[in-house]
Amino acid sequence: MTPEELRRLASSHEEARPEPKYRIKVCVAAGCLSARSDQVREALENEIARRGLEHACEVKGVGCLGLCTAGPLMVVEPDGVMYEGVTADDAPDLINSLGGEPVERLLCPADAPFFQKQYKIVLENSGLIDPEKIEDYIARDGYLALARVLEAMTPQEVIDEITRSGLRGRGGAGYPTGLKWSTVAKAGGSHKFVICNADEGDPGAFMDRSVLESDPHRVLEGMAIAAYAVGASQGYLYVRAEYPLAVKRLRTAIRQAERLGLLGNNICGTTFNFHVDIRLGAGAFVCGEETALIASIEGKRGQPRPRPPYPAEYGLWGYPTLINNVETFANVAPIIRNGGDWFARIGIEKSKGTKVFALAGSVKNTGLIEVPMGITLREIIFDIGGGIPEGRKFKAVQTGGPSGGCIPEQYLDMPVDYESLAKVGSIMGSGGMIVMDETSCMVDVAKFFMEFCMTESCGKCVPCRVGTAQMYGLLQKITAGEASMDALALLGELCDMVKHTSLCGLGQTAPNPVLSTLQYFREEYIAHIVDKQCPAGVCPIHRREGQ
Amino acid sequence: MHFTKPSPPSDDKRWRIVEATMRRHGYDSHALIETLHSVQQTFGYLDPEALRYVASSLRVPLSKVYGAATFYHFFTLKPQGEHTCVVCMGTACYIKGAPNILASVSQRYGVQAGETTADGKLSLLTARCLGSCGLAPAVVFDGEVAGKVTPEEALERIGRWMEHDS
Repeated sequence: MTPEELRRLASSHEEARPEPKYRIKVCVAAGCLSARSDQVREALENEIARRGLEHACEVKGVGCLGLCTAGPLMVVEPDGVMYEGVTADDAPDLINSLGGEPVERLLCPADAPFFQKQYKIVLENSGLIDPEKIEDYIARDGYLALARVLEAMTPQEVIDEITRSGLRGRGGAGYPTGLKWSTVAKAGGSHKFVICNADEGDPGAFMDRSVLESDPHRVLEGMAIAAYAVGASQGYLYVRAEYPLAVKRLRTAIRQAERLGLLGNNICGTTFNFHVDIRLGAGAFVCGEETALIASIEGKRGQPRPRPPYPAEYGLWGYPTLINNVETFANVAPIIRNGGDWFARIGIEKSKGTKVFALAGSVKNTGLIEVPMGITLREIIFDIGGGIPEGRKFKAVQTGGPSGGCIPEQYLDMPVDYESLAKVGSIMGSGGMIVMDETSCMVDVAKFFMEFCMTESCGKCVPCRVGTAQMYGLLQKITAGEASMDALALLGELCDMVKHTSLCGLGQTAPNPVLSTLQYFREEYIAHIVDKQCPAGVCPIHRREGQ
Repeated sequence: MHFTKPSPPSDDKRWRIVEATMRRHGYDSHALIETLHSVQQTFGYLDPEALRYVASSLRVPLSKVYGAATFYHFFTLKPQGEHTCVVCMGTACYIKGAPNILASVSQRYGVQAGETTADGKLSLLTARCLGSCGLAPAVVFDGEVAGKVTPEEALERIGRWMEHDS
């Protein structure tokens, strides 16, 4: 299929259906589905059928609209009126309002800062297209980048374009994507693999899930372009089994793309072959680490191995393997379509483009957001997020999950980019962003993450297996009011040891939540140890006193 | 080397689903995790018979099969209760009060997280993160995700199951 044919397919798809006067787009991503948007969709369809309005009005299921907390969300076009918190009972009123005044009580202001301050590249199709229809994706220039690459670009040119864009890995570490691709491309051998890491294990993060549920073809297209660039013909999508909806939509997407010759053998009529298979994760956080993920695809326990050799040289079954995260792949097609220079103009010096965050915790507008790199934390939390609810006070924001740190108020005006976050003891991570107010105890938060790392440690190396358990024990004592000041010194030593001697990223970053809270909220630790009380009233010592 | 394909532990027709998974992967040892997924999806849990059958079919040592089955949290070696209540313990849910939900259910029905009540009616489980952070705290009642759950609501939903069935 050439770019021309793709365009023709898209326009014939548009023509085949007479454009209805109104189109109601109901969010069917997991967040709104759990607020029963499926019932809303059904009620709207029934109401339209009852009134015989099928020719004038169409109901469409679309991907994530972002503001999960106000779900179920829907948009009525052509006016673009957005509604929140819709229930099945609202269907008659909503249909009545078509062509007239909108339903006041359900209005969600689309000009709110939540929507205005965002910049969408990865999520540009989310909320617009039906994730289960490849035609919808093609109509929005989908697979155009792939067709163009196969028609007019050499693998080296593709890599150069990605390098020029300045794209860095969105899984957390921020390794330059172009460099990774060129390493795999240079590796010898006839067999190579492309793996998409969709094992989104960070608690409090759901970016990849939303991308996969809202725009699965985008990820497949990125993988196919990468495969062409590095010379691979087989790809694996490693997805969490906990995301059944994402898995279902991916399976549908792969089938559709194969039928149109956009995946499989002789893609777009060229000699390029690329097959994608899905592998289900089984609930092990450590499998987000690339060598552990490879072991898991090979059917083994997900335990990491020392690097080098890196997977780029010695990966799946010993062959050169390219591993990128979902969001990284989702950035590829727009970069090819618009050029690397276009992408490099967005963001700031060392961090280009945008980043998707899952904004959650103690903030008014929780949901999925995409912002340009370099935006400040204050803008994200107070403008987009709408600030802290119930008149409470901001205390800290946690980024990067169990590998990241808690950032206090004094750094709120810091730009969000890989280097700045690392400087204050946190990491960009995959995009979880949890806001905490004064009702959260920072020692308890540190204990929460340490318990996570302890349980998720694969047990292969001693510092991580034993070190995390020791640190957890100390944190338990501190939160129970049974520790002395020596515990703090010991905790610091253990952090240092685990950080520097663990085998993989899980252990090396496990101390981060403790280190950052020790640095910025030391007085809370001291309150537990010396005053025997928990200032936030979360830890057991407080409860015991209260009884 | 001659290899005779072992026969399933019972003549339960559902084993055909598991066999189909293994066949699709050419009975390759790499298919271990996919096969375990298939068994758990079909039967609800992995019992020793199933592990032995998978081990011999894929020609993987039983120790490795057991190793994988216990390494990954998603797999369970115990049958689930009639109803399941999964409390999400992800960061967002945790700071928004998930521990209180867990504690109140645990106290009312005398089960710890990961356990099933003696009458086999209720399994109380926890999840690392459901990815429904926008709706924190989230609880899954028999496969249906509910958002912004209070301990009272959780007890009420479970109460209806217990009452209805008795």
